[in-house]
Amino acid sequence: MPSLGADMEAGTLVEWLVKPGDEVKRGQVVAVVETQKGAIEIEIWENGTVDRLVVETGRKVPVGEVLALLRAPGEAVAAAPGAPARARISPSARQLAGELGIDVQSVQPALPGGVISRADVERAAAARKAAPAAAAKPAAPDWHAQMRKAIAAAMSRSKREIPHYYLATDIDVTVVSGWLAAENVKRGVAERLLPVVPLMKAVAVALRAVPELNGFWVDGAFRPSAAVHLGMAIAMRGGGLVAPAIHDADRKSLDALMADLRDVATRVRGGRLRGSEMSDPTITLSSLGEQGVEGLFGIIYPPQVAIVGLGKVTERAWAHHGTVAVRKVMTATLSADHRVSDGHRGGLFLAALARLLQEPEKLR
Amino acid sequence: MSALTREQIRSAILDTLCAIAPEIEPAGIAPGAPLREQIDLDSMDFLNVIIRLHETLGIDIPESDYAQLATLDSAVDYLARRNRAG
Repeated sequence: MPSLGADMEAGTLVEWLVKPGDEVKRGQVVAVVETQKGAIEIEIWENGTVDRLVVETGRKVPVGEVLALLRAPGEAVAAAPGAPARARISPSARQLAGELGIDVQSVQPALPGGVISRADVERAAAARKAAPAAAAKPAAPDWHAQMRKAIAAAMSRSKREIPHYYLATDIDVTVVSGWLAAENVKRGVAERLLPVVPLMKAVAVALRAVPELNGFWVDGAFRPSAAVHLGMAIAMRGGGLVAPAIHDADRKSLDALMADLRDVATRVRGGRLRGSEMSDPTITLSSLGEQGVEGLFGIIYPPQVAIVGLGKVTERAWAHHGTVAVRKVMTATLSADHRVSDGHRGGLFLAALARLLQEPEKLR
Repeated sequence: MSALTREQIRSAILDTLCAIAPEIEPAGIAPGAPLREQIDLDSMDFLNVIIRLHETLGIDIPESDYAQLATLDSAVDYLARRNRAG
């Protein structure tokens, strides 16, 4: 059971999309898991053949539990068809598993490929106790409460653990707005770009200048990410929000970003998200301008270390080339983790963002 | 293209809104009030409404005219005008 966010402790296996004997490829969606944030598609990260499905549908299991066993390409079937592959386990651990009613096939050894010990069985038993098996309830009536609970857990943890600092700057977006309008005139309805798309690209590219805003705080240290996976905060129908990843946002064209945004937004608002989209954003972007908000200071989604907020574009009286002109202006904000970066570096990020937005044709 | 009646246009708009925001009750929409204050539509949803209307009615809607589709009544007026002009 993969962790699909800092706030997830367990998930309910709703559906298997593969069966024993099926060939699977890296990145393939193999199962659907119900979490507090709705149904999520689970991908597999190895090529191989499904050997056995360990967790049956309808069971709620803790993060880290084995869902299925996979054979590597070329690996022989370990046992006769129909018989489960035999786990490598010490006799004393096998006896303990029997006493505790633990299926040894579901126990992971401490070292990958190692022999299962008594301690491994005890750990599996403790995990099962923490998340007792429960039947999946179709369309749980308390879904909304579950979503609020998930947001409460993640945001409380963030405010408890992360020393936030907050910066704001007003950016003249007249040039990029005009450029986008001219670009969209040339395009058919279905090919038009939303105003947030060039902003996404500029945020992602600006992070190259200040890499300490992009990555994760894990085990007391910052782990920067070479890739920029932009978590786009999207409101869910009926309340709550999720921030799935737009992968490699700094290296994608505006058209590719628009296509990705359309894809995740459609699935957030009506369909299903994939596990990797939920768990791997390296920074979050929240754009509340549509609601008429001029600025927002976000709360960092752990283990990320920064969140960028974009407000609405307003026409303001603005000093421009030595005179006062009516310009389109947007407030951009940064909430960042002071354990990893300082206000000076955060300021450089916002300055880079403002600069990139003055030359939109280079963002393509 | 044959001329569409205002009723056909209104019904196409309501069908589109229901497809994108399945939770709405079409009869409950106040025709003179902004749609985005009555229906949970984000900018991507709104763009999808425009795309669907373009596909079903065959009317091109430039981005600079999006504001004219703010309410149900203004959207019917606008699309009827574009339909006659087209």
